[in-house]
Amino acid sequence: MDTFLGFDAVTLARMQFGFTVAFHFIFPAVSIGLASFLAVLNALYLWTKNEAYLRLFKYWLKIFAITFAMGVVSGITMSYQFGTNWSVFSDIAGPVIGPLMAYEVLTAFFLEAGFLGIMIFGRDKVGPGLHMFACLMVAVGTAISATWILSVNSWMQTPQGFSIGENGQYLPEDWWAIIFNPSFPYRLAHTLTAAYLTTAFIVGGVGAWHLLRGQRENPGVRTMFSMAMWMAAIVAPLQIFLGDMHGINTLKHQPAKVMAMEGHFESHEHGAPLYLFGIPDQEAQELKYAIGIPKLSSLILEHDLNAPLAGLDTIPRDEQPPVAIVFWSFRVMVGLGFAMLGVGLFSLWARFRARLYDAKWLHRAALVMGPSGLVAVIAGWITTEVGRQPYVVYGALRTSEAHSPLGASAVGTSLIAFVVIYFVIFGAGVAYILKLMHHAPALGERGVRVEPGPIRTSGINPDRQMRESGRDIAPETS
Amino acid sequence: MFYSIDLTVAWALLLAFSVFVYVVLDGFDLGIGILYPFFREKSDRDIMMNSVAPVWDGNETWLVLGGGGLFAAFPLAYAVIMPAVYPAIIAMLLALIFRGVAFEYRWRASSRLSKRAWDAAFIGGSVTAALAQGIILGAFLQGIEVEGRAYAGGWWDWLTPFSILCGVSVVVGYAFLGACWLNMKLEGEIQHRVRVMARAFFVATIVGIVAVSLATPFLGAGYAARWFGWPQIALTAPVPILIGGIALLLLRSLFHPTRDRLPFILGLVLFALCFLGLGISIWPLAIPQEITIWEAAAPAKSQLFMFVGAIVLVPIILAYTGYAYWVFRGKLDPEKGYH
Repeated sequence: MDTFLGFDAVTLARMQFGFTVAFHFIFPAVSIGLASFLAVLNALYLWTKNEAYLRLFKYWLKIFAITFAMGVVSGITMSYQFGTNWSVFSDIAGPVIGPLMAYEVLTAFFLEAGFLGIMIFGRDKVGPGLHMFACLMVAVGTAISATWILSVNSWMQTPQGFSIGENGQYLPEDWWAIIFNPSFPYRLAHTLTAAYLTTAFIVGGVGAWHLLRGQRENPGVRTMFSMAMWMAAIVAPLQIFLGDMHGINTLKHQPAKVMAMEGHFESHEHGAPLYLFGIPDQEAQELKYAIGIPKLSSLILEHDLNAPLAGLDTIPRDEQPPVAIVFWSFRVMVGLGFAMLGVGLFSLWARFRARLYDAKWLHRAALVMGPSGLVAVIAGWITTEVGRQPYVVYGALRTSEAHSPLGASAVGTSLIAFVVIYFVIFGAGVAYILKLMHHAPALGERGVRVEPGPIRTSGINPDRQMRESGRDIAPETS
Repeated sequence: MFYSIDLTVAWALLLAFSVFVYVVLDGFDLGIGILYPFFREKSDRDIMMNSVAPVWDGNETWLVLGGGGLFAAFPLAYAVIMPAVYPAIIAMLLALIFRGVAFEYRWRASSRLSKRAWDAAFIGGSVTAALAQGIILGAFLQGIEVEGRAYAGGWWDWLTPFSILCGVSVVVGYAFLGACWLNMKLEGEIQHRVRVMARAFFVATIVGIVAVSLATPFLGAGYAARWFGWPQIALTAPVPILIGGIALLLLRSLFHPTRDRLPFILGLVLFALCFLGLGISIWPLAIPQEITIWEAAAPAKSQLFMFVGAIVLVPIILAYTGYAYWVFRGKLDPEKGYH
């Protein structure tokens, strides 16, 4: 068989898609949340004229600009990955999912891109009202984009509303059924909430960092930490509830995925245990060193301690997903979800005792949990995508039959190029973001196009700089 | 079905339109990256980049619409073309990543060395993306081997002298558009230098257009018959004549001391005519010599569903994109930039 470094073309194509999409997913997850956060900050500033909100707006706008650029360029790659590595899938499923993706471009990408320039550079040019409108359009655009692409993804998980044509292509029969397929509402709610929660923890982590570094009196730092902790306290429990609903929906439509998530190789007649730990051995079809709580899985999934739950022993071997990956990525996601809930509750307690800005252990916890949302999002993504295997369109088209007629060396070489370049490029981007985060939001926070560091002698005259910061101090004059 | 035929044509035209919009918009914006090596001063480079900073992102969205629209309306063509030009597509995507992030990273880099590195990424990315786009066009024109519903050639078939000629022509053509854009947006001494550069790249662009036009008929019998057969020649002959006329007007405008917008507008017309010429060579094929647009078309239901949205949304998109350009209209103040 044609291989490259021991992998065949299908495996390499899966690795390439998984790698590029997982990397891409990080940026929209942050920019969906940040776009809304920025719109809220700008609205609060216009409403209250409180300088702290403008300061935070400008501070996070710089981070948003970098995140958004990384999301755009890694996203262009995605729109071509389908054809380059999965041409058979593109040909067969294109008539159904292609239009949804075209709608994503038409309703979301243009909206975001068209108003982004005005949002970032246009405050002085268009006035506060239109600038606010641009901020809202960018935020709405990110959410619309997520809606369409999650509809596509959900359709691949729970396909319906199509027939199969003479040439093997899927023919759309009922667009309503295709778009609002059974898993879509749950996945959309769960993923959008995940994006907001991810952003809340990043903002909270940055706030905590500056609180720990003695910026307790900085109103920008206080405001961002407080807003982030409200989000954590309210949204983390909501997310756990939504995740549970999503899981129950998956049990109904993709039972094999839930079996893999739970590590249930064997069926349980009278209540299935919730395994906390174990080492899945797919060869032997058993969960080794399992530690579990009896009957809890039945309680969670069926809301009945004694409900029977079928296991992977009811699924033919060649239709089982890779259990170990799904089992572990699911535990990482759920574990982080509960840790987020813990931080949220901790913050409520500190707030109640009026120690929100003084509770060092809360700040340390929030700092450590800063990137937790990103990890949870990727873990959740892996759970649902690997759990769909061995199908690319669940129950209809196998992954092994969907890839391009390309040699393993072509796919392997391009995979290496993607890995190397993504780490260099996005590594640098993350470094720049961390550098921006390292500075506390200051009075008269600068805009996007002013450069960092002390080299600011040429091109900017101190007079104007004074005027600008003056305007920031006394916003009511502008 | 009667409307399915109409829809397929409509989609082909709509996709051609979005590719054209992409070519002219990202053309001048990639062109600025291609021109970067000729401007060594940091302040020059800053203002050049700032002239497109608010709009580059929207410009590249038309490429996503081109790819996504091809996938949706002509899935078979998408599934054949992508593997056929695989390395060129991957190179273009990676190049666009380099230049796209350079817009943001350049302002965040604090050391002289890293600033230089992102300048290099901007240049390399812009040149490579333009070259790859031209090569993809050349590979498409020279024909793609198809068997059944899949690409059947090797993974280096796209690389020929003709495709490289197309690649180089696109690079100089984009540089020309970029210079015309800058001529419109800048003033003073730098504008003067840009104008000189526009003249040089204008000559190179015309050489490229002539070379590609002369080589195309030799690629296969089909092209020669389309252009020179009777009676089509009555319809095709005006295209090169118009190109010649526009070229003369352009040359005059590039030497006119106060016409700042005219060269850019005429440059767009020049590109539109070349695009029309390509249309004459290809229509109505989705893969030259192999697959027609009707054979490659998605089912009527898919095309109709999208078309309803596109007919409403594309004008709205054009309206707010135009508005964004209008907000940032006029000459750039080198002291200020945008922030």
